[in-house]
Amino acid sequence: MELTALSDAKVGSAGVVETVDLPENVSHYLAHLGFLPGTAVEVLRRAPAGDPRVYRIDGVEVGLRNETAKHIFLRLNEAAA
Amino acid sequence: MSCHTPVLDVVAEVEPPVLPAAPGAIKPMRTVALIGPPNSGKSTLFNRLTGLRQKVANYPGVTVEHHSGKMKAIGRGDLTLIDLPGIYSLATYSEDARVAVEVLTGKMRGVPKPDCVLLVLDATHLNRQLMLAAPVFSIGLPTLVLLNMSDELTARGGEIDTLALAKELGHPVALISASENTGLDVIPEFLLRAGSRPEDGLRPVQLPVLQSAASCRTWATQVTARTKYQTPAASTWTRRLDSVLLHRIFGPLIFLAVVIAVFQVVFLAGQPLSDWLTSILTKGGASVASLLPNNWLRLMLLDGVWNGVQAVLVFLPQILLLFLFIGILEDSGYLARAALIADRVMRAIGLNGKAFIPLLSAYACAVPAIMATRTIENKRERFATIMVAPFMTCSARLPIYTLIIAAFIPNRLFLGGIIGMRAMVMLSLYALGFLAALVTARLLNSSVMKATPAPFILELPQYRWPTLQGLTLRLYDRGKLFVKKAGTIILACTFAVWVLSVLPIHSGQASALTTSLIGHLGHWMEPVIRPLGFNWKIGIGLLSSIVAREVIVGTLGTLYGVDPATHSLGLQAALRGDMTLGGAIALVVFFAFAMQCTSTLAVVRRETNSWKYPAAQFAYMTVVAYVAALVTNQVITRLF
Repeated sequence: MELTALSDAKVGSAGVVETVDLPENVSHYLAHLGFLPGTAVEVLRRAPAGDPRVYRIDGVEVGLRNETAKHIFLRLNEAAA
Repeated sequence: MSCHTPVLDVVAEVEPPVLPAAPGAIKPMRTVALIGPPNSGKSTLFNRLTGLRQKVANYPGVTVEHHSGKMKAIGRGDLTLIDLPGIYSLATYSEDARVAVEVLTGKMRGVPKPDCVLLVLDATHLNRQLMLAAPVFSIGLPTLVLLNMSDELTARGGEIDTLALAKELGHPVALISASENTGLDVIPEFLLRAGSRPEDGLRPVQLPVLQSAASCRTWATQVTARTKYQTPAASTWTRRLDSVLLHRIFGPLIFLAVVIAVFQVVFLAGQPLSDWLTSILTKGGASVASLLPNNWLRLMLLDGVWNGVQAVLVFLPQILLLFLFIGILEDSGYLARAALIADRVMRAIGLNGKAFIPLLSAYACAVPAIMATRTIENKRERFATIMVAPFMTCSARLPIYTLIIAAFIPNRLFLGGIIGMRAMVMLSLYALGFLAALVTARLLNSSVMKATPAPFILELPQYRWPTLQGLTLRLYDRGKLFVKKAGTIILACTFAVWVLSVLPIHSGQASALTTSLIGHLGHWMEPVIRPLGFNWKIGIGLLSSIVAREVIVGTLGTLYGVDPATHSLGLQAALRGDMTLGGAIALVVFFAFAMQCTSTLAVVRRETNSWKYPAAQFAYMTVVAYVAALVTNQVITRLF
């Protein structure tokens, strides 16, 4: 199955993080928020302006701009996709 | 993606860590370190243990400085608790983590090496929180693991077997709730044990060898799986609130309503309180002065010292009110949502969404606003926010705005009495300041401050009720800081201005204002300010108000009061007779832009750790103010 950029995943969809393609300091910070390969992530909602969006990863809600989320790739769950 | 640090390397090699000296010669414990990820409730716990003031917040990254206090609240006044910055890992990417590592390994200058560690973790998402445990354990200090928010955990159906977890981790584990004040008895017990005998042999069974985020994560997941940790369900409250507060239409509306309500209350409730304080302080000053002999000492204490202190103190109500609101918004978790909503607008002018919070508070005063920029991790964005914050219309501009508008703008009503001309002028002055901030931010972003934009990554904490203790301590702390820091600076400067206004002394008599050093200065600078429509008295007002903007009103009152020609007139009438409309409007325009505030300059110096930024800021704002006032005066003079 193809990988989807997190920024392209629809609100309400869920998947599993496959790769994080960002500079080390950013990806390190994200890793500690839970953005690591193998972690389940869910697209919760958008900010009123549509960007940033809120993701639920591992029990925590995190706001990310699309410019960051487009470098995080996930495998969407079949049911939700 | 290794989070391996040189420091950790060294420590790992000398494993197992040996605790002080041989049995019988145990050194008494002195220092305890408190560490935990952001939003783990660490600051609340710190308050519980020390009874000292410390920011409690839901907003990630507020605790940039590490604070310390004696653990008096649990009867251990002999122990110092050091509050380390909230961090996710010990990898030294951030300044915060570097501070934490240096303190824990005893390498931080001026901070004694901690004897043991209290590790606070949020029990509601342990998988992620445990990632910090591995690097902290490998430092090798006796550690007590405190799983906070036990009330939340049980309420949402989560479960933790603390005994199994303690066995797995090799360190004692306890469930607590810092906000409910439950389970904290375990802390003095642990401190007693840690102080009386060396580590009881409990050692981590296995820690990840290479401490990368991924391996820490795998380890944490294995630990929680083996100890049958039940992740609690998502907070339905937070979900429900967010579906309204982050709603596409209601979200921004509520946000706007909140911002306006904060302003309104700060102004509406703050002004009478401020006036009340002014009258009390004036009366107090006068009655104390009447006890003193009528000589230079009384003059110096009243004009040189008391007036300066009073000018600062009267703004305390507004400051406290604003911080009360920011405290409630921050501790409840709404501020993180506000930053999320504001991010789009802030990004358009090249600032981070997190800059919204300091910029909002700059409407009361730039000093706390600049201190609040500490929440912005990216240094360039933080400095850019510091540079634009003084353009926001702070409350110190209100006295001169009110004075000039009342004196020169007719009280005419438009649109059936809904909009007043005076209110319109006042509003445009606010808009002018905001516009200047916007343009400046844009300029900074496209030149000096140009940087790869830092990513906006914001953890949205669950909504929580702010605690009374947290808010009280915050107000106390802020109030004290404001009075102390700004008070010392303003006091010194007003005193200097006053001294210049009575020198030189001729045969034991202070100079009259016109022949004093500052009077000479006023006449000397008159040619420079004449094109703006200002006379020499305004010039002195401008000079004296470099200390603080509101000083100009006092200075003008004194000058026109002393002048025989305007002696019997009120200040408004005196100004009407002595200034043109162009000059008057130019004056408020000047104040909209100019950096007339030594407290702000001093705070900028302190926060940027360099004179370069306040100097550049002062020069830039003064030039903008001068040019804008010049244009305003020339245009209005030609039109009317």
